[in-house]
Amino acid sequence: MSCERMENRILPYVDGRLKVSEQREVEKHLAGCAACRVRVSEFRAVSGLLEELPQIEPSGAFDARVRARVAAEPVKQSWWAWLAPSPRVAFAASMLLLATIWIGSRPTDRAPAGPPIDEAQIVNDMPVLENYDVLSNFEPLTDLPQPVKADDGNDASDPNQQM
Amino acid sequence: MLDVKAGDEQSFALLLQRYRSPLVNFIYRMVRNREQAEDLAQEVFLRVYRARADYVPSAKFTTWLFRIATNLALNSVRDNRHQRMELSLDAPMNADSEDGDERPLDVADKHPDIEQHLVEEARRKMIRHAIDKLPEKQRAAVLLHKYQELDYNEIAKILECSESALKSLLFRAYEALRVELAPLVAQGVK
Repeated sequence: MSCERMENRILPYVDGRLKVSEQREVEKHLAGCAACRVRVSEFRAVSGLLEELPQIEPSGAFDARVRARVAAEPVKQSWWAWLAPSPRVAFAASMLLLATIWIGSRPTDRAPAGPPIDEAQIVNDMPVLENYDVLSNFEPLTDLPQPVKADDGNDASDPNQQM
Repeated sequence: MLDVKAGDEQSFALLLQRYRSPLVNFIYRMVRNREQAEDLAQEVFLRVYRARADYVPSAKFTTWLFRIATNLALNSVRDNRHQRMELSLDAPMNADSEDGDERPLDVADKHPDIEQHLVEEARRKMIRHAIDKLPEKQRAAVLLHKYQELDYNEIAKILECSESALKSLLFRAYEALRVELAPLVAQGVK
């Protein structure tokens, strides 16, 4: 094993967190490498120094402050809670719906706004109606037989009845 | 945590009791201000409480907890960086005992061996200073590794890096500490 590869293994070795096989590899390297042996003992010394720092105790009010902050949290509502509106909102929504239905169902008998319509003028402006006049007086069309009425059973001109 | 998720308030109290001291100590060593450390630790518990309904046990609870704590602490350190630099330039020699974990030395102290006490005080100050000088991520890695005794895998997840990158990060941190603490290290090696 090279010294470079040792870099990621020295600390786990000092901690005793290497697998047995890895530990053997490291020890084999250390047996032949004075520089890495020095580094291992220095890392052990650093680790020991870090243990000298004292712990601090949280203040006596710590728990109470956490509980107060938790208690001040707004109550979280689930998504389903949104489907159950408050009575006021439900009442307002119902009233709005009823008003909409009532307005929609009213007869629209009001005259449209604007100037009065001259119906004769409209008729004159409609070319289709003009053509109707022409067609109704068109002679060849008057020669066509009249359509037979289905309910005209007592007609005196019925040939079967004459027989 | 699953009991907390189920609405068991008593379980939340147990979580608080179990983790308040490790969290406060970890954050304190990151931000170097006791009051701020307690505020941030409270914020961690609050976030745990808020997230209880959505909690999915995909990782160890401690990993999740310390990830929240680390993110809050790193953000706080970054926010206060300039302010802390100004303070450290103006601060007296024993400024890092300002937060109450260490009492300032009293001449009338009844310590049986005042010289020994001074030596210990100076050592601790040096160690603290060396940790404070580490880049934030290296500092977090060292604190989680040394004081919380978390697995490499867990620390890697907390710091959102690979296990190999974490080992490299820790190696660099220990190298920096070894250099910074050389006089003390030399005493320890002898």
